[in-house]
Amino acid sequence: MPHDHHDHHHDGLSASGHPFRSDNDEALTYWQRMEIAARELLIEKGIVTPAEVAAQIDAMDARSPANGAAVVARAWTDPAFKDRLLANGSDACREMGFDVGALHLVVVENTEAVHNLIVCTLCSCYPRTLLGLPPDWYKTRAYRSRAVIEPRKVLREFGLDLPDHVTVRVHDSTADMRYLVLPARPAGTDGMDEAALAALVTRDSMIGTGLPRQP
Amino acid sequence: MSERVRVRTMAPPGHVRAPYYLRGKVGEIERPLGAFKNPEQLAYGLDAEKKALFRVRFTMAEVWGERAERPDDTLDAELYEHWLERL
Repeated sequence: MPHDHHDHHHDGLSASGHPFRSDNDEALTYWQRMEIAARELLIEKGIVTPAEVAAQIDAMDARSPANGAAVVARAWTDPAFKDRLLANGSDACREMGFDVGALHLVVVENTEAVHNLIVCTLCSCYPRTLLGLPPDWYKTRAYRSRAVIEPRKVLREFGLDLPDHVTVRVHDSTADMRYLVLPARPAGTDGMDEAALAALVTRDSMIGTGLPRQP
Repeated sequence: MSERVRVRTMAPPGHVRAPYYLRGKVGEIERPLGAFKNPEQLAYGLDAEKKALFRVRFTMAEVWGERAERPDDTLDAELYEHWLERL
């Protein structure tokens, strides 16, 4: 019985009625041991310092969909930037201080006639510079296989029921490109500035599994 | 006019980047992407040569046949030149 605080001895449930999670004390996996061994060797040999490792993890954790939202809002307000973004996503993002590194960014535009959806069927390629870490569902076999087989059904499960006149274009991120969806600018946003527009841009709208918020 | 290509039906063992569901399917080159070190060799720490990479667009009808959810929806994938046969 959820949230029943009269009795704190439900079988396997916490006082608030939720199941206890088992402790995470199983043995390290092969790859966890490899990571620790390689990291300790790099530190012992003076190639990196523990502070540098911590700083890099912090930098990776700090990346979030706010970066991508800033890019989208700029494209909505600056037609010349939008042209550059669609022509060469990596260079345009670099202008804004977002470096996608050795990978190349392809930006695909949603219009009244086209809706784009991004997936990586082979693994979980994702534009982390712009969106941070991928959501767990993006890495599941269910999303990776179904997004290419039945994208419209998947989109309906995300709450997005596309009209018949819209063509769906699925992009399978199989090699050196990363993909960002440029969602269509919502109606009723004419007077809004870049910062206010960026607040409408959701992570899912840049993957293609959602639309921006309405103002 | 777009260039038509067929994905080769070879099935080599190991790390490959052409999804199985696209093998043998015919699509059109959406755009060339430049040349990149072949990830199928990089995966083994080998000295990889650069290969031309293309975005190829397929119709859902081509990929899934009669099972296609909507025949004229499309699927784009990145494919290396050694996986493509020009038609």
